[in-house]
Amino acid sequence: MSKLSRRGFIRLAGTAGALSAMGALAWPLGGCQKKAKAGGRVIVVGGGFGGATCAKYIRKFDPAVEVTLIERDARFVTCPFSNLFLVGGRSFESISHGYDKLGDNYGINVIRGAVTDIDAAAKKLTLKGSKTMQYDRLVVSPGIDFRWDAIEGYDEAACETVPHAWKGGPQTRTLRKQLEAMQDGGVVIIVPPGNPFRCPPGPYERASLIAHYLTQNKPKSKVLILDAKDKFSKQGLFMQGWEKRYPGMIEWVKASAGGKIDRIDMAKRTLYAEFGEAHTGDVVNLIPPQKAGELAHKAGLVNADGWCPVNQRTFESSVHKDVYVIGDASIAGQMPKSGYAANSQGKVCAAAIVSSLSGTAMPDPSYVNTCYSLVAPDYGISVAAVYNVTEEGIRKVKGSGGLSPMDASDEFRKKEADYASGWYASITADMFS
Amino acid sequence: MCRSYRIPGLVVAAMAILISQSFPLQAAEVTRGAMLGTSCAGCHGTDGRSPGSIPSISGKSAEFLEQILKGFRSGEIPSTVMGRHIKGYTDEEIRLIAEYFASM
Repeated sequence: MSKLSRRGFIRLAGTAGALSAMGALAWPLGGCQKKAKAGGRVIVVGGGFGGATCAKYIRKFDPAVEVTLIERDARFVTCPFSNLFLVGGRSFESISHGYDKLGDNYGINVIRGAVTDIDAAAKKLTLKGSKTMQYDRLVVSPGIDFRWDAIEGYDEAACETVPHAWKGGPQTRTLRKQLEAMQDGGVVIIVPPGNPFRCPPGPYERASLIAHYLTQNKPKSKVLILDAKDKFSKQGLFMQGWEKRYPGMIEWVKASAGGKIDRIDMAKRTLYAEFGEAHTGDVVNLIPPQKAGELAHKAGLVNADGWCPVNQRTFESSVHKDVYVIGDASIAGQMPKSGYAANSQGKVCAAAIVSSLSGTAMPDPSYVNTCYSLVAPDYGISVAAVYNVTEEGIRKVKGSGGLSPMDASDEFRKKEADYASGWYASITADMFS
Repeated sequence: MCRSYRIPGLVVAAMAILISQSFPLQAAEVTRGAMLGTSCAGCHGTDGRSPGSIPSISGKSAEFLEQILKGFRSGEIPSTVMGRHIKGYTDEEIRLIAEYFASM
């Protein structure tokens, strides 16, 4: 952004004040001039779609604010496009991102570490190794964690052999290895959780791309989805795509038809439903029910359901003042738990923090979500919406958004698949460079 | 130590301009145009500069952008997803978005 253009959109409220103060034509010179205190100290914890975006946009909106980003891992592996990695359509490197440019290009102080405690009253946090840091505003973007007690027989250790692969990283590699090792004629079982959860269309994109891989490599195999729900995101579009591309290969069992799993026999990879039959898979991908990331729980930012209530105009926590929670961990009205939603919330939160630190008015928030899914590498579908804030919280703007059309041409689907890649390139650049 | 000097108004104005340019922003105010425009960057890239297959919109004229966006909204210009997005914005919001990207 050029200096000139920034002036066009980020007005210098300070200048107006300075001019009117000098209206008396009195100008103090010499050593009496007090430099205004720097814009304040913000710490952002968690460098994913919400946190990385928020840190960058605070600095873009107001370079006077000091921003520290604390992240556990050296590189962030995205969930978006990890399904393409699973089936050999992307390298692991291409879905992994570092933080160097946030330091180099935006002057963000990036620290690799884990936060062990937040003292909201003292505006202080503690890092592993007991270093403490003070903040004026804190942003917590912890993503999700799993409810390990939700499915009998499945716990954190079990996910080494029955992966969830619902956080980008080693789990993604584990699932890919299992798919590659499976014999032709095998059954891949995917177990999506009930709502709310991260990336609502994700399990169905995964089923689609696995079917694409199987069609080409192990055509006698099947994909079985045992669902904790009776309907799912983009359902009509997915099912139409499955019929077109993988007829008979993907079977979806809804909750009320015996799809809701409550127990697993790890030794046999057998899944048991509340009622209905048991199913054994050669590869089982069990995605457990979710809650806000662990740090939000430690810091007491969650409600009884395990998610974080916030002021949906600013994303300031309803529990602790000057602490903001964004992304999947937050309760964000009608917005889904998606990477784009977290990116959009990160910007609104950045605007809210900059405004509150500088004592200026925050403009009315505007949010967007655009979510592409691949039915096949050349077959994309999308859902989109624009949101604003009403008295009931974040609501979809009437008439905006919606799904890709049913029965669209192959050309339209191909275009959306190309835009899905374009989206990935843009949003990861918007977060990390 | 502090003494006040009386200085002609023009000099004061000139000094104010110098100060506003040489010091970092002292109190940044995020505009509604920036609020709307930055939400487009998830697809179109930071400041409207797209590194991939989605069109860059940075630096296009405001009139052009406004015309295209309204064309998407009416359906006159076919689109995959833009027609769905743009129905979420008023004429005034479309103008602000167009001006935001024109200035990049």
